[in-house]
Amino acid sequence: MLKTYAYPKFSYCQSAEQREGRVARHPIVVVGAGPIGLTAALEFGRRGLRTIVLDDNDTVSVGSRAVCYARRPLEIWDRLGCAERMVEKGVSWKVGKVFFHDDLRYQFDLAPEAEHKMPAMINLQQYYLEEYIIEACKALPAVDLRWKHKLVGLRQEADHAVLTVETPDGAFEMEAEWVVACDGANSATREMVGAKFSGQFFQDRFLIADVVMKADFPAERWFWFDPPFHRGQSALLHKQADDVWRIDFQLGWDADPDEEKKPEKVIPRVRAMLGDSREFDLEWVSIYQFACRRIDDFRHGRVLFAGDAAHQVSPFGARGANTGVQDIDNLGWKLKLILDGAAPLALIDSYNAERAFAADDNLLASTRSTDFITPKSAMSRRFRDAVLELAGEYPFARPLVNSGRLSTPTPYVGSSLNTPDEDAFAGAMAPGANCADAPILVEGRNEWLLNRLGGGFVALAFGEAPAISCVNWGGVAARILVVGADFQDVKGLVGERYDGRPGTVYLIRPDQYVAARWRGFDAAKIERAIARACAA
Amino acid sequence: MQLTLSPNIADPDGFYQQLIDSQREMSEAEAELMNCKLILILANHIGDREALRQALAAAGGKID
Repeated sequence: MLKTYAYPKFSYCQSAEQREGRVARHPIVVVGAGPIGLTAALEFGRRGLRTIVLDDNDTVSVGSRAVCYARRPLEIWDRLGCAERMVEKGVSWKVGKVFFHDDLRYQFDLAPEAEHKMPAMINLQQYYLEEYIIEACKALPAVDLRWKHKLVGLRQEADHAVLTVETPDGAFEMEAEWVVACDGANSATREMVGAKFSGQFFQDRFLIADVVMKADFPAERWFWFDPPFHRGQSALLHKQADDVWRIDFQLGWDADPDEEKKPEKVIPRVRAMLGDSREFDLEWVSIYQFACRRIDDFRHGRVLFAGDAAHQVSPFGARGANTGVQDIDNLGWKLKLILDGAAPLALIDSYNAERAFAADDNLLASTRSTDFITPKSAMSRRFRDAVLELAGEYPFARPLVNSGRLSTPTPYVGSSLNTPDEDAFAGAMAPGANCADAPILVEGRNEWLLNRLGGGFVALAFGEAPAISCVNWGGVAARILVVGADFQDVKGLVGERYDGRPGTVYLIRPDQYVAARWRGFDAAKIERAIARACAA
Repeated sequence: MQLTLSPNIADPDGFYQQLIDSQREMSEAEAELMNCKLILILANHIGDREALRQALAAAGGKID
């Protein structure tokens, strides 16, 4: 199996601290080098924070795993300088089709709004994604990736944690001012701090297979309810890079995972689905079951949780890795300001407030999809089938079809970091919303707004340029970016998406979320809003 | 919107007969599926979430 991809092997290196037998104190230790831990390393490293990543393995993800990456995480990776490769290698898609029995019942298009740099969604095997982020990390002197380093113990002190780490050379201790646990749904770190991880467990099993074949199916998401080739269950087909196709089969709870994984069981299923005798190779097979659960608090003392370690969702709707990356987007600038002493420690608590709120939003969406796809009673199955039958003929039933709602960022409505509006605005860019991208022109070149916003505080001003170039609160500066002066709003979409008029100012956070907005430029108000966004 | 729970159907006996007759030839499974479709169609016609919530409660459903 696995013929299209050669797995890199990263060499284990004994650290100087272990060799010399000294206990070193590090600003940040990330546990786990999956997509979230690696994104964390890249985010922290690019902010100049020395970051050590511990991973008990020495290669990338085995199998395609996460597969679907949505626009917002791509925008985050673009800020971190590695999204263009992902988009180039990945398969962009926007049409989803839903079949019931033999028939197409419903079709959706993910990207109603054009003129964003990043596509609505790409499919890319997780190993490519991890490989690209690792390469980007290796270019950063601040990031130290330590393979074959397994966290086996953790003790918390008032202002740091003490970690016991096992390597091929034995165990040693290290200290971290902050630990960022990205060690997945079965997080050992979570156990070590005694956190609760509760929610709903679903009694169902899914078979996932990566299949290599030449096929002229379009790059679309195809979802089947109760198809003739897989009676009573659901199935999903997705195109990935290198002619690899991802196929998911719902198996039910009684399926024997070891038996179902055998090629002699998988191949006939795939053959029945393809419905012809075309050649294909099986690259990777896995069985999974899932739960919708969340950690009680994203922060336990000096340990911060992100990704599946903090929240586990069903796979329908691509909410796992996609929301994990957004956890890191939220966390990076906060840790930077706290470690630099530029913001109070209280800022870290907004990480739990904002990301637990987002996790709950995702869990709700994911649980609803799961209830539709895998009905828990005979009558809920009847309702589900009724929706699917009606959807073919009657438009009203189509919005009820739920084969997974695709992940969109959760606005931090009501976050204490937001400055509430005092002026009237139209559109979606309210405090707590993530900034919409738009095409702009910079010195005659076509660029994108989000690339110009970058990763610091920005005051985005419309109309006449203010006399100053930045607003400072303590050691935190907001760079002033003037629409029409620093760049041209060539298509008028910045003005349209931000309801910008002469005098309008937005204060934008380093994670490209709106912190505050006004109809007139007032440096004192901007300064107060920066302080508020830093929990001061 | 307040859910209408006072008599609102002209010719109640005629409607009731039509309802029963519409399923007379069906198996239990077919009738159940039809009932589900009927609920969805009528719910969409009502549309108003508050009226639908009251209907779920009036039918004895559990409402959070």
